[in-house]
Amino acid sequence: MKESSATRLPRRLRYFEATARNRVAAVMDAGTFREFLPPEQSQPSPHLAVLDIPGSFDDGVIVGAATLGDRPVLVIAQEGLFMGGAVGEIHGAKIVGLLQRAVREKPAAVIFMADSGGVRLHEANAGLIAISEIMRAVLDARAAGVPVIALVGGSCGAFGGMGIVVRLCSAVVMSEEGRLALSGPEVIETVAGVEEFDSKDRALVWRITGGKHRYLTGDCDELVDDDAAAFRRSAIELLNDWKEPSSSVAGLRAEQERLTSRCQRFDGLRDGLDVWRALGVTDPQQIPLMDRDSLVALKKELPA
Amino acid sequence: MEILEFRFTSQPARQGVDAKLCGVVGSGNLEILIQPGDDARACLVAVKTSARGFGQIWEAVIAEFANRHAVGGTRIAINDMGATPAVVTLRLGQALCEYIGGVP
Amino acid sequence: MAVGGHIVTGCAHTAIGTVALLGTVDGAAIGHDIALRLAGRVLDIVAHFPGRPIVFLVDTKGQALSRAEELLCLNGSLAHLARCVDLARRQGHVSLALVTGEAVSGGFLCFGLMADKTYALADTQVRVMDLKAMARVTKIPLERLIDLAAASPTFAPGVENYLRMGAIEAIWDAPSAALLEAALADQQAADSRVDERMARGAARKGRRLAATTAVIVASS
Repeated sequence: MKESSATRLPRRLRYFEATARNRVAAVMDAGTFREFLPPEQSQPSPHLAVLDIPGSFDDGVIVGAATLGDRPVLVIAQEGLFMGGAVGEIHGAKIVGLLQRAVREKPAAVIFMADSGGVRLHEANAGLIAISEIMRAVLDARAAGVPVIALVGGSCGAFGGMGIVVRLCSAVVMSEEGRLALSGPEVIETVAGVEEFDSKDRALVWRITGGKHRYLTGDCDELVDDDAAAFRRSAIELLNDWKEPSSSVAGLRAEQERLTSRCQRFDGLRDGLDVWRALGVTDPQQIPLMDRDSLVALKKELPA
Repeated sequence: MEILEFRFTSQPARQGVDAKLCGVVGSGNLEILIQPGDDARACLVAVKTSARGFGQIWEAVIAEFANRHAVGGTRIAINDMGATPAVVTLRLGQALCEYIGGVP
Repeated sequence: MAVGGHIVTGCAHTAIGTVALLGTVDGAAIGHDIALRLAGRVLDIVAHFPGRPIVFLVDTKGQALSRAEELLCLNGSLAHLARCVDLARRQGHVSLALVTGEAVSGGFLCFGLMADKTYALADTQVRVMDLKAMARVTKIPLERLIDLAAASPTFAPGVENYLRMGAIEAIWDAPSAALLEAALADQQAADSRVDERMARGAARKGRRLAATTAVIVASS
């Protein structure tokens, strides 16, 4: 009797420190991943060579096809260890091509393992334009009925234009270690001073941008442990009942209401602790210390 | 950046079919792509490295590796961001291991 | 036309009918407030004026840089605005963006670069980051960046670079109703669902690798 992929024992792998290739191998059904434009068919970017940087064969992103829980999926996995996972011309075009393929092939999902600081400054204009093309391509895939599921749990998190891309996805799964935001704390500190944002205060950074905070505010949908198997399970469960909604004025109006009233409700707050208290958490200081299951249970108890 | 090319004679490697990639181009790290080559008795190596002036060390490290292991009939391409000789040797071993599907 | 809190709204009566105007002025820094007000206006246009063309006016110094904004997930509000502009396209509204001053980074991404096509006035500043800051962050000497910028449109600030790379359709010497009408009429005749910027960047030889790479991945 063939054991179903969903019950095979997963490899134990900490997601945060894993390479993109190891994440793909651990999250997807074992042995099912097929890479598009593999390294042996690729050259490092000439834009980096001209800046004396060797570059990488895959330009910091892996794209391909696999199965996940026996469902066909397309996969994007950014390599956060290469140039901060940042988006250059080739890197961005691989992602756009993958999403275009999703519109045509209509897999069960696109799994987007984001790990990126945003635009690669060495190719700033190419990166910005590419991110804009990725934004449209994500929405095209979703409009074609293909959910795009973002997994955020790497060392770079999802910042800059990638922070916008992640929030355009159908759902976002984060670990506590993951971060999701727009401007990096260092940039804010450089421009607005250490009083505004002490980027070296790690606990603060995670209270503002980290997975637990995003989960409590609803800016990510699922919170998982720092474990490739946990990301895998969460993605499979999401896809079990997923129906990709089509965009509508009514739907976006409701989202508009939610975002606007939230800004009003939390106006003037500057720390995750304040937001969690306002959400009804009686002892916000405990949040950073809680394990994942306890936090998920706590969120269920919060008033709507 | 420096671009280096070498050719070492070596015992024929156990046959690998697919190209294998090992490592990541992070600071102090490198990636190695190994695939079948045309010359069964030699290994062709192309290196792109962020640092300049270490050509002799690269040559020595890879020569040692080609001498110790059977890598004839392969092509190796490396993108390097400042890895130490120890790390280079480690990754070469990992790459070869994956390529032939077992302990080299 | 009305201007309030860095946002401009209005409409213009043109040869192709009434056109909605919406955007930012005075190099607005885009935080939740501006992003959500712009998004709300886009939804109003889609709900009440079916098929009305939209002209986005872009003048922004980029996203607001603030801890409080990040706390409430500013990337989420920018994504929401982008999604509203995209909805307008899917609901049959043609759109174009016109850069009138600055167009920077996240502020440009969330609406200016989401329109069907983007135009810019001459002498506008389009960029991710100025070269000095870029040199500091990348640790590449400024002189080297300046040298390379002469030969490559790939990273340096400049509206001409964005034109060559396919993101900006054309640069106009001065705003003109005739140019706007012609551009909108063109868009009404075109297939606005297709993002043509990669093809344009390749044809203009400013961004050659993107188009070929995407095609290989999309169909290999």
